[in-house]
Amino acid sequence: MKIHEFQAKAILKNYDIPIQDGYVIEDINEAKNMIEKVKNDFNSKDVVVKAQIHAGGRGKGGGVKFCPNADNALESCENILGMNLVTHQTGPDGQKVKKVFITQAFDIAKEFYVGITMDRTTGKDVFMVSTEGGMEIEEVAKNTPDKIIKVWIDPLEGFRSFQLAKLVRGLNLEKEQSKEAMTILKKMYKCFKQKDISLLEINPLIESADKKIIAVDAKMNFDSNALYRHPDILNMRDTNEEDESEYEASKFGLNYIKLDGNVGCMVNGAGLAMATMDIIKINGGEPANFLDVGGAASAETVKNGFKIILRDENVKSILINIFGGIVRCDRVAEGVIQAVKELSLNVPVVVRLEGTNSDLAKQKISDSGLEIIPADSMLDAAIKVVSACKN
Amino acid sequence: MSILVNKNSRIVVQGITGSEGTFHTNQMIEYGTKVVAGVTPGKGGTKATDYEVPVYDSVEQARIETKANTSIIFVPPKFAAEAIIESIYAEIEVIICISEGIPVNDMMVVKKILDQSNSRLIGPNCPGIITVDEAKIGIMPGFICKKGNIGVVSKSGTLTYEAIDQLVKNDLGQTTAIGIGGDPIIGTNMIDTLKLFEADTETEGIVMIGEIGGLMEVEAARWAKDNVTKPIVGFIAGQTAPPGRRMGHAGAIVSGGDDTAEAKMKALRECGISVCKSVSDIGETMKNLLK
Repeated sequence: MKIHEFQAKAILKNYDIPIQDGYVIEDINEAKNMIEKVKNDFNSKDVVVKAQIHAGGRGKGGGVKFCPNADNALESCENILGMNLVTHQTGPDGQKVKKVFITQAFDIAKEFYVGITMDRTTGKDVFMVSTEGGMEIEEVAKNTPDKIIKVWIDPLEGFRSFQLAKLVRGLNLEKEQSKEAMTILKKMYKCFKQKDISLLEINPLIESADKKIIAVDAKMNFDSNALYRHPDILNMRDTNEEDESEYEASKFGLNYIKLDGNVGCMVNGAGLAMATMDIIKINGGEPANFLDVGGAASAETVKNGFKIILRDENVKSILINIFGGIVRCDRVAEGVIQAVKELSLNVPVVVRLEGTNSDLAKQKISDSGLEIIPADSMLDAAIKVVSACKN
Repeated sequence: MSILVNKNSRIVVQGITGSEGTFHTNQMIEYGTKVVAGVTPGKGGTKATDYEVPVYDSVEQARIETKANTSIIFVPPKFAAEAIIESIYAEIEVIICISEGIPVNDMMVVKKILDQSNSRLIGPNCPGIITVDEAKIGIMPGFICKKGNIGVVSKSGTLTYEAIDQLVKNDLGQTTAIGIGGDPIIGTNMIDTLKLFEADTETEGIVMIGEIGGLMEVEAARWAKDNVTKPIVGFIAGQTAPPGRRMGHAGAIVSGGDDTAEAKMKALRECGISVCKSVSDIGETMKNLLK
């Protein structure tokens, strides 16, 4: 799960990490007062207006404006609030900005990158710092990998002081600032573990002109499996930032991701769902979605799956690929028939059911009198659904 | 021969009195698996499932009383990490964790404890393992398999069934099929499994099914290049997956340039693995390799 910058900063603030602070508005009528309040409360003559969306690259997309003397701050709020912000992470459609964070401003002397994530290869947390802050860390990693200092933290042994010292040395600060950075990094790791964070980035962490170390941006992703331990974090979920169909699907316990094609698909199991998308593409079609209805597909999940797929108007045909296993295929077939009838479907549906009672399932489908096309294998199903889409 | 489990494996089911645990224990016993005990804290002394399996309060008790050496875990994700650690402490040899949704932080600790023990963990979030006609310790449909000489290793559940089905349609049976799970941290990885299949005299060919995210398949392929003499057929799911989106499994996410399906397929090919672009070619590709 992702959260906004202002929420991530509030969490850091609770850990006594110095942040670039401010207030959030959702209504432009609040802007004028809030700009004044930021100037007064944080003793800052300049302000920054920052779009709050979950995607990165906001600055480049025009979603962040520095406003010297706060002169054009109101205008910036008007421009940014409600804008459709397009960044390299939002995709071409962009994301509508519904919240704006008005913050204090600093004169920046140096910018750093600091981040923690889990490294799958070692099964340890990896803490990374770089003097090349403010840029995309992926670019730094590609072009100048030696400018990133990393330490791997053992889950049982914890964050050792020599590791912390190595990271701070990598930031190349003066003595006083090194001490501050040391405290900040230590608290960051504590926060990362206690809140079950899967990615925590402060980019940039700055040294201000008056030599203070401050988190100017913050990004946090959480391990969704661990959210049951953190009701406070769960409350920060902003469903406005999620695709509506994906959110609706999640309410049914379905795992759906919308794609750009026109062949809808419904599959049991994530791996098989990906392989089904791939085989559609190989046979000349474009998958419209990823949809995993779970290992034990039931009549109810099939019906909900149809509802989700049909929200997408691009869908011209649908492939149902269920490897039943222990689930009885004739029951799944009954569910498909019932759903097609109830939802009065007007796109062709190709059904491939394999596993227990698959012959009986096929019989039921051909006896139904509905326009459901049975398929014998995944390949057969892919060819049929692509051809149905083109007709 | 086979790998990890066989007709002599003695199984203890952790979470046997839950609905999943009961259902799949019945299925496992009907397949011929030797389930000797169940564990549900607080229900020790009772019997569970259609086959009256004795229930104990702890894995340790079950092991002492029944000589269980293999465990399978069906407990909710909140308690699953602790269940694995309990099995490790009870010196269970092979631990299979079916439970899905264990927090990464919990699994990191499990993995460290595991590495310092003699136990082997399969999963979590996996379909389990089947040695054909001997033991099914998991949730896969046993009837789709056929006894033979191909080893199957996969990150996925139903995609494994698809691969098995295709092998059978090409008249190729299996020794053991194992689903290692799609989480970021798992107990047994692809290299571990390839090692076991290479050492197994009965296994003549290996099917390796991976997906986007991480570099495990590539590391396995590099290792196989120098260490595996048997033919390997590879498949990577997610060629059409968009970057940055998690495709069901917690680990199935393209985060860099190296973990796309395309990059992985290329790396596998460079290591001499016969990579199928389409999942429907797995069976035939293996058949041709064994000619």
